[in-house]
Amino acid sequence: MSEMSAMNRKVIQTLAETISKHAEHFNKTEVEFLIREFNVLLGEQTVSGRAVPGLDRGTFRSILHNIFGMTDDMIMDGVFRTFDKDNDSFVSMKEWVEGLSVFLRGTLEEQIKYCFHVYDLNGDNYVSREEMFHMLKNSLIRQPTEEDPDEGIKDLVEITLKKMDYDHDGRLSFTDFEKSVREENLLLEAFGTCLPDTTSIESFEHHVFQEQLEQ
Amino acid sequence: MGLSLTRAAQWTPASSGTGKLESTPMNESLLKEILSFAEQFGSQHPQEALHVFQEPLQWSTTLMASDFKTDYDISDSDVQSNERDSEGLPLLQLSPPTVSVRSFSQLSKLVHLAEDKKVEEVQACLEENRYPVVKILGSIVASILQGEDTDTDVLSLVDKVKDQGKDSEVKVKLFLFLRNLDNKLLSKCLEEIAGKIRLDPTAVKNEVDSLKQSSIEGEKRVLKSIQYTSDYIFSNGCRAPPWRQVHGEMCYLVIEPCDTETLCVTCSTAGVFLNGGVKQEGEESGYERTSDVHRDLRTLLKSRSPHFAENINTQDFAVQEPPSTQKVQHVEPVDAEERGQPQSSYEQREKNVNENARQSLYKTGGEKKYEPCPRWRNLGLTSPCGEAEEKKRSKSSGEEKSDGIQKRKRGAGAKGKMKAEFSASSLPGRPSSQKIKTSAGSMSLDAFSESSSESEEEEEQPERRQESNTDLPSEYWQIQKLVKYLKGGDQTATVLTLCAMMDFNLMQETCQLAIRDVGGLEVLINLLDTDEVKCKIGSLKILRKISHNVQIRRAIVDMGGLQSIVRILDSPVKDLKALAAETISNVARFRRARRTVRQYGGIKKLVKLLDCVPNLASLSANQEKDVEVARCGALALWSCSKSTKNKEAIRKAVGIPLLGRLLQSPHENMLIPVVGTLQECASEESYRIAIQTEGMIKDLVKNLSSDNDELQMHCASAIFKCAEGKQTRDLVREYKGLQPLASLLSKASNKQLLAAATGAIWKCSISMENVAKFQEYKALETLVGLLTNQPEEVLVNVVGAVGEFARIPANKAIIRKCGGIKSLVNLLTGTNQALLVNVTNAVGACATDMDNMAIIDQLDGVRLVWSLLKNPSAEVQSSAAWALCPCINNAKDAGEMVRSLVGGLELIVNLLKSTNNEVLASICAAIAKIAKDKENLAVLTDHGVVPLLAKQTNTTDDRLRRHLAEAIGHCCMWGSNKASFGDAGAVAPLVRYLKSKDKEVHQSTAMALYQLSKDPNNCITMHEKGVVKPLIHLMGSDEEMLQEAAAGCVRNIRLLAQANRNAVLFN
Repeated sequence: MSEMSAMNRKVIQTLAETISKHAEHFNKTEVEFLIREFNVLLGEQTVSGRAVPGLDRGTFRSILHNIFGMTDDMIMDGVFRTFDKDNDSFVSMKEWVEGLSVFLRGTLEEQIKYCFHVYDLNGDNYVSREEMFHMLKNSLIRQPTEEDPDEGIKDLVEITLKKMDYDHDGRLSFTDFEKSVREENLLLEAFGTCLPDTTSIESFEHHVFQEQLEQ
Repeated sequence: MGLSLTRAAQWTPASSGTGKLESTPMNESLLKEILSFAEQFGSQHPQEALHVFQEPLQWSTTLMASDFKTDYDISDSDVQSNERDSEGLPLLQLSPPTVSVRSFSQLSKLVHLAEDKKVEEVQACLEENRYPVVKILGSIVASILQGEDTDTDVLSLVDKVKDQGKDSEVKVKLFLFLRNLDNKLLSKCLEEIAGKIRLDPTAVKNEVDSLKQSSIEGEKRVLKSIQYTSDYIFSNGCRAPPWRQVHGEMCYLVIEPCDTETLCVTCSTAGVFLNGGVKQEGEESGYERTSDVHRDLRTLLKSRSPHFAENINTQDFAVQEPPSTQKVQHVEPVDAEERGQPQSSYEQREKNVNENARQSLYKTGGEKKYEPCPRWRNLGLTSPCGEAEEKKRSKSSGEEKSDGIQKRKRGAGAKGKMKAEFSASSLPGRPSSQKIKTSAGSMSLDAFSESSSESEEEEEQPERRQESNTDLPSEYWQIQKLVKYLKGGDQTATVLTLCAMMDFNLMQETCQLAIRDVGGLEVLINLLDTDEVKCKIGSLKILRKISHNVQIRRAIVDMGGLQSIVRILDSPVKDLKALAAETISNVARFRRARRTVRQYGGIKKLVKLLDCVPNLASLSANQEKDVEVARCGALALWSCSKSTKNKEAIRKAVGIPLLGRLLQSPHENMLIPVVGTLQECASEESYRIAIQTEGMIKDLVKNLSSDNDELQMHCASAIFKCAEGKQTRDLVREYKGLQPLASLLSKASNKQLLAAATGAIWKCSISMENVAKFQEYKALETLVGLLTNQPEEVLVNVVGAVGEFARIPANKAIIRKCGGIKSLVNLLTGTNQALLVNVTNAVGACATDMDNMAIIDQLDGVRLVWSLLKNPSAEVQSSAAWALCPCINNAKDAGEMVRSLVGGLELIVNLLKSTNNEVLASICAAIAKIAKDKENLAVLTDHGVVPLLAKQTNTTDDRLRRHLAEAIGHCCMWGSNKASFGDAGAVAPLVRYLKSKDKEVHQSTAMALYQLSKDPNNCITMHEKGVVKPLIHLMGSDEEMLQEAAAGCVRNIRLLAQANRNAVLFN
């Protein structure tokens, strides 16, 4: 058994070495811990006994929900899509570490990219009116008295477009988005919370880096 | 019925005896009311109706015997009722044309019989029975009941009148009925008033408040007092009793001007005029007008009190922006177009969001809604006035117009609802005239306990409201929409909306007020209490901008928003802390806000923000944020430090060393708030010491050479305040601060900077070494150039500095050569007291030079200085008197010059009656100089200088003793003055002066004693008091003058003793 875990440790170390080249905000030890955490999560997931290439959508969403307190399905799908760079419906170990690097410790630039990707629901590199409407549709209390209950949302979308659409093409390109966020940082998560807050970052890092160290 | 009949009803001028009721609509309606009361009384209260009146009501009737039917005993033209009292006398008796009635049952029957003539009957009855209540109940009972009518209930009334007869209970009931009628009548009158006359009590109130503020406060007061005759305020804001409100009168004031007799003033819709002396509510006489009607209080006072007229103009700023006291929050201004207040937005706001919590906060604002006292509560006064108020409001509020009309139409039926709305609209938080300070009648001083060193203190001003008649700008509607989304949005929508709101020009008043008026302020403040960091950041980003607006600041404080902002200072998020501190720096521009910050522990938290390392060469992103937080903290402290108690709180929170550390920052934007705070706080002794001991002078001096005017100004002003201490002055020189100060004199265009720089130079030049140093930079020449065409705050300092410089003889010549003497003499005609003190000092210092004196004399400077003795300020008096001493000493032909000043000597002698020791000392010094001229001494003596000087001899103040003794010594030289001093008991106290430790006192006392000892009686007194021993001691002094005087005195005593012995021996 000890041979196994020694073997395992060795594998993890090599893996960590390669991966940490791509995840710049973690050091090697931290990457090791993240791999372990990944394995733990993966282990919980494999009920059928069949090996899978990574975390599936359901598992990933429950992580987002339970650990980072996210609730919006659409946003969580977007986050999954952003993590799953190769679009194979699984978050691989590499994607996991790289994704978390931005998710937990990303620079403003990285996070702008990340958020834009989350909000670009159809992956056409633009956030369109329809996508905004979709993401914002539950954000206002509907006034039952109003003729068109969606009127408020539509108006909000227009207001937002007016503010962020610098090239006036009726949709947000990445440049539009980046420019707006640089001007007003609050717009980073303009269409829904897709980044963790400080408290959940702290508790996650504590859980992964500290508690495992103590084991 | 008493009140309404005597007061509300309009009688023809011959109102005594048998006056006639004028036929006015109001009287008619009154009559109708009384009539229906009388008519129904018999049926409604049969038992009370049987009560026999104390005296019959008698009047000439038009009724004939034929009009009476059954129940009456008719014989010829006379009629007697069958109904009789216990003694068998008829209750109704008619012997044309007189009818007398003795019970209500008969009265109502009679009214029924009169049919279409009943109104005339009632009128005749009332006209001939001016005090029906007295007749009905008897004068004793009536007066008891009248006296008790305010808040006693029926039972206790019954108790009161028990011993007045067994039918007292009925009497009380009757009385209560009558009183109800009275009340009903009065309220009807008020309704009519409200419909007809536009009473505008707020205007009067504003004016009175502002007069109180500007006139009674402070040294330059123009009035002794201004008081309302009554503390009671009716719900429509008037203080006059309703029966006077009918005449458009709103309140009565008793004003004591400084120079004339007390004025009793009536404020009415027609204007302001003097009355016959309404000093207390309820006195019936004295309402008559006894003067012309003036437009407002100010004009009236100007015409009555010359002192007021003279001084009120110097306070023009106070007149234009009347600051209201803190407790009277937001007095709404009165002009119709300014009152326009979109009521709907308030109501809407009231309904919306979180109100309960907020409102309870509002209420802690120390406000009380005025409750009508029970007597008036049941009059239903509230509603008619409410209606009136509403009418007024709807007049000006365009969008409310139709609504208002509707409400009016609803009339009496909707009173209940209207009341509710009325009280809703007068909820605190809505500035309205209904909010009246309970003790408005007298000045409440506690509101001002928090002093401020800042002259540009922002006072709470009456609110200006935009005209709602004009079209609202499009921003208004857009902001209203955004606020709607804020209220109904989740975090994402909220942040988006906040970002959209930031795109408006939030520095523009339209947008600022729009946010408030659509209820956005509440939402923004609410967001501060959520857990969403982004929402808080967004909200604060807006609040920090709109809080540049005075009204918004006040609204934030009123809503309890400041507490939330202070709480955020504890947040771990640095952006939030910085934003919160920045917002506080804007909000805390007025006293109440600063107090709130302190009371919620804000000062401590702000001081904590200052903790950072500001002067590292390279900062990490994190450290940079810390510095930004500290900068914002300093900004907030700067605003807060304008209150004395906050200065103390900053010190207690160990803020001074932190400020000292930040002072080493290389960045101007950090230095300005830090130095600003320090110079603000340097008004406190503790800070001045700390600034010096913590080594901040060095940094302050360093920043004097900054190229930022504002920073230079604050540094100079900090040095100005700190250089009161000698060590600080030396430090400024050691750190080479004098040169930059001198070079700041060239920035003559920036007056604030110039004032601060000249102030620092003035204080620094108190040290002679500094004056010498300044001379290296030719500072005096520049200063003399600044003696003309400068604002007063600069002049005060420049003159102060010139005065200090002039203590060095060489500088006196420089001042003369630069033409400074003429400028100084010209300044003697000013009115600013601080300036006059310094100018007289400087003139006095210059006058010690003979050449200078010649110029001063030529310019008639002595007369000008002399006339300043008439200045009310003791400081000016004394410095003028000090200045006179060298003038008299050095003037050619001084005696003639002094004599030429008509009344001058009398003036100076009279100042010996002052209670200020410094004034006394200076006057004594001047008298000593004047008395050197014999002729003048004679005049002084005639004016009674001797007893006045003698009276002061018991003082223990050495400075005064010295000059007093000197004056006495010189005054002895005339006539029998020596003996007079002895008679006035001046000798014994002078002997005691020899025990003083002050050498100067010894010298002048010895001189005085020497002069006095020329009178034998004085010698005896001196000897008795044991003068010889100390004098012999003084003879051993090094001072020749002293030796001589002491020896001379002893010799005189000795000679007397010798003569005595000889007399004994040879007789």
